[in-house]
Amino acid sequence: MTMFSKKFFAGMALSGLMASTAVTGAFAQEETIKVGILHSLSGTMAISETTLKDVMLMLIEEQNKKGGLLGKKLEAVVVDPASDWPLFAEKARELIQVNGVSAVFGCWTSVSRKSVLPVFEELNSLLFYPVQYEGEESQRNVFYTGAAPNQQAIPAVDYLMNEEGVERWVLAGTDYVYPRTTNKILEAYLKAKGVAEEDIMINYTPFGHSDWQTIVSDIKAFGSAGKKTAVVSTINGDANVPFYKELGNAGIKAEDIPVVAFSVGEEELAGLDTGPLVGHLAAWNYFQSVDTPVNGEFIKAWKAYIGDDKRVTNDPMEAHYIGFNMWVKAVEKAGTTDPDAVIDAIVGVSVPNLTGGYSAMMPNHHITKPVLIGEIQEDGQFETVWETSGLVVGDAWSDYLEGSKDLIADWRKPLNCGNFNTATGKCGGSGS
Amino acid sequence: MNASVNANAPSPAGAQRPLPALLLALLLTLLPLALLSSAAGAQDHATLRPLVDALGKGSFSDTEKQVAALAATGDPAVVPALEALTNGDLYVRKADKAVVIGKRAGGSLALTDPLTGEALGSTASSALDKIRVNNRLRRTIRAALGGLTLRAADANTRRQAAEAIFKAQDAEGIEALDAAIAAETDPGVAKLMREARAAAVLASDLSTEDKIAAIDTLAERGDRDALSMITAVQNSDAAELQEAAGAALARIQKLQAAWDTARNVWFGLSLGSVLLLAAIGLAITFGVMGVINMAHGEMVMLGAYTTFVVQNLFRAHAPDLFDYSLLVALPAAFLVAGLVGVGIERGIIRFLHNRPLETLLATWGVSLILQQAVRSIFGPTNQEVGNPAFMSGAFEIGQLTITYNRLWILVFALTVFAALLIAMKFTRFGLNVRAVTQNRRMAASMGIRTPLVDAPTFGLGSGIAGIAGVALSQIDNVSPNLGQSYIIDSFMVVVFGGVGNLWGTLVAAMSLGVANKFLEPFAGAVLAKILVLVFIILFIQKRPRGLFALKGRAVEA
Repeated sequence: MTMFSKKFFAGMALSGLMASTAVTGAFAQEETIKVGILHSLSGTMAISETTLKDVMLMLIEEQNKKGGLLGKKLEAVVVDPASDWPLFAEKARELIQVNGVSAVFGCWTSVSRKSVLPVFEELNSLLFYPVQYEGEESQRNVFYTGAAPNQQAIPAVDYLMNEEGVERWVLAGTDYVYPRTTNKILEAYLKAKGVAEEDIMINYTPFGHSDWQTIVSDIKAFGSAGKKTAVVSTINGDANVPFYKELGNAGIKAEDIPVVAFSVGEEELAGLDTGPLVGHLAAWNYFQSVDTPVNGEFIKAWKAYIGDDKRVTNDPMEAHYIGFNMWVKAVEKAGTTDPDAVIDAIVGVSVPNLTGGYSAMMPNHHITKPVLIGEIQEDGQFETVWETSGLVVGDAWSDYLEGSKDLIADWRKPLNCGNFNTATGKCGGSGS
Repeated sequence: MNASVNANAPSPAGAQRPLPALLLALLLTLLPLALLSSAAGAQDHATLRPLVDALGKGSFSDTEKQVAALAATGDPAVVPALEALTNGDLYVRKADKAVVIGKRAGGSLALTDPLTGEALGSTASSALDKIRVNNRLRRTIRAALGGLTLRAADANTRRQAAEAIFKAQDAEGIEALDAAIAAETDPGVAKLMREARAAAVLASDLSTEDKIAAIDTLAERGDRDALSMITAVQNSDAAELQEAAGAALARIQKLQAAWDTARNVWFGLSLGSVLLLAAIGLAITFGVMGVINMAHGEMVMLGAYTTFVVQNLFRAHAPDLFDYSLLVALPAAFLVAGLVGVGIERGIIRFLHNRPLETLLATWGVSLILQQAVRSIFGPTNQEVGNPAFMSGAFEIGQLTITYNRLWILVFALTVFAALLIAMKFTRFGLNVRAVTQNRRMAASMGIRTPLVDAPTFGLGSGIAGIAGVALSQIDNVSPNLGQSYIIDSFMVVVFGGVGNLWGTLVAAMSLGVANKFLEPFAGAVLAKILVLVFIILFIQKRPRGLFALKGRAVEA
């Protein structure tokens, strides 16, 4: 695999450059506010990110129908970073410097976010990042509208421990930064809860892993030690489909060994026969099945916009919905799209989320969200079996990791710091 | 069945004990309710009805209590309701709060009565509230159903019941099992019941001797569930028990080690068959023709998408024949991928003959174009390709679980290989192909029109990649990226096996598969892959032409 992958990505970079910038919307004479959309439309991540581009276009269109922002129309600028991490940085620079966008909505993988961070810092622009991530980061120019580990992973483990009586844990993930950091946090958390070392099995697989026979059989073996076992899966994207297929075929039922996933949503299940998977779990902050009027409207608008009745909605889409509305509200509050003014104005801004409550931007640039645990149903949807009673505040720095538990982030004056050490009383430097 | 009234207290076990009393023992709840349950008939439903209707109320734990109450009646009439509940088909009708079974039929739900089974018409799903279930509830229901169906007429149902009770490991069920074992006629089911009884004994507070006997029974079973149950006992206080458990564990583990080896070989062969399928088309285009075709993976992808399209047609026009969709998809995929292959050969590759670097770049470009084209037509998300019934599920040989889809893919890969071998060896076309690849100019001077051989050969290689796509759609994602994940592995197999040699491809695919699977348990999936790659690099240093090198002047040409 590895031998050729450089060439693959170089090729993708080329194709991405050729595809280049596509500016949508009419070249109107009047002045517009430009909004950048930085999601891969080709390459391996296109499967997840294309949907987010579409939902942003829909949100911008809706905002324009409502009269735009500050009396001007919004104009979307779509670029394709082609699943190529360095290209993300180039495209971000292009959006800010060439197209002069006021804010960027984009990125999916952590590595793409890390790649664009220095660009946003240098050029002082805004990035809204809509995906659940591993935490351990807070940057002045970035707003994390997806879940931090304490808004997804930790509650999921709590649920399994308390409701299902799980005592033995398989932490299975794809081999990159998000699963590794999340599993590190979970391992520390489980040990703090008194789980013994030998009751935790950690397993990593390459991207796009498709032969799960050995691992599924290992999980089966690990699960036969006389204690209730569960799998906590941070397996990413495409690799999930063959994993679940193998689980189903090997006859591992959710009643015996439940799998709780952090990267499997409605969109991923769309490519699967979910019959054998009923009862496996996912932890998110939003499910399409959530029965609220505002969610019903959103789903209706989305299906109408995309022109396909079968398309589903998912958690990162909700994150963009929240992030976009927060930005709109902050710009209105500040009366300008100037990044410094918006950064000051956005903390404390609160907008409706799709699960029937309000989400607020916190000083650490993370937001408040409810946590939902859902079980997979036969129709590819999730049914909520548990939810937090209130909203959970996103925690940038995990309380369970050595070296991170003393850190806090607060981008308000006078602290204005992303990694303030409460033990030493010093700011470790801006950014992470 | 034999729901008798006088079952008010669990008295000593006896072979003739009627079922309801045993279930009382099993679930230890709601004695008075069992007293109410009389012989079969209409009154029965009158007493069961409030219990069933109570299912729709309250939280998961409330429902769990209701399930226990229903099971405690011991009346088989509640089985449909419980089955519907675990399948998520049980609803509360909003209008009169009655609990009904709903089956989706078109846009609405067809309702039936959970006790009498009589049809209640159909209604929109908005008029119903679904009764939610979670995993814990499903486990409870499974155990309850096991208890209720232990004496069913059908041997298969009894088998399932015994398995459910085995997993539930509930000490309260011993008496019920004793009765069932005494009445059991099928030796296989009786064995399962004895195992279930042994499992329950381990969880009970019976004497140490009983438990040691139970350990023996479980050690006989020797699988992972048994291992797990005996491990749990090992921590007990009684020294004899610990000793017996230790001995049994050692025995099971030894057995497991042997099965582990068998398992790895099977997994390896199965991975090998996938590699073989992906690589075998390339063995023709790259191995035989010498074209570095980077778009090979996309041919596999086209095959998979053809399967998707064919299945959609079947779903729309002939849903009953869905199981045969793959049979139609095979030739369709061969044609689609083959024609695209011929197009690539005619349009691009023939102009780049003997310029491998340019061929590589050009076909790489083609692969990107194909990927993006598929992305534009079908969208970037995964498409659902269904498994036909004969490819779903698994069976067991001893303790080796063999999944049907993997087995069929192995058979299929070998069939394709054999067919291809025969085509190359015994047909005129095969003879021409071999002649052209051995010495193009000589073949041309013997009157073979080489361009007319090149195009169909490339088409054949691509077409075979296409039918590989049909098989891979059964185990992998059908997404525009499908091909990418196989191209490297395919080249690896062909190079390792020896360019231009079909047998080499077979041996290479199988040995790489098995090697990978034996390394994986020790090294992990990531490292196993790296180790295999390092091994191939070293091997190629030593034998640049792979396992089975072609000899003679042809190689130099």
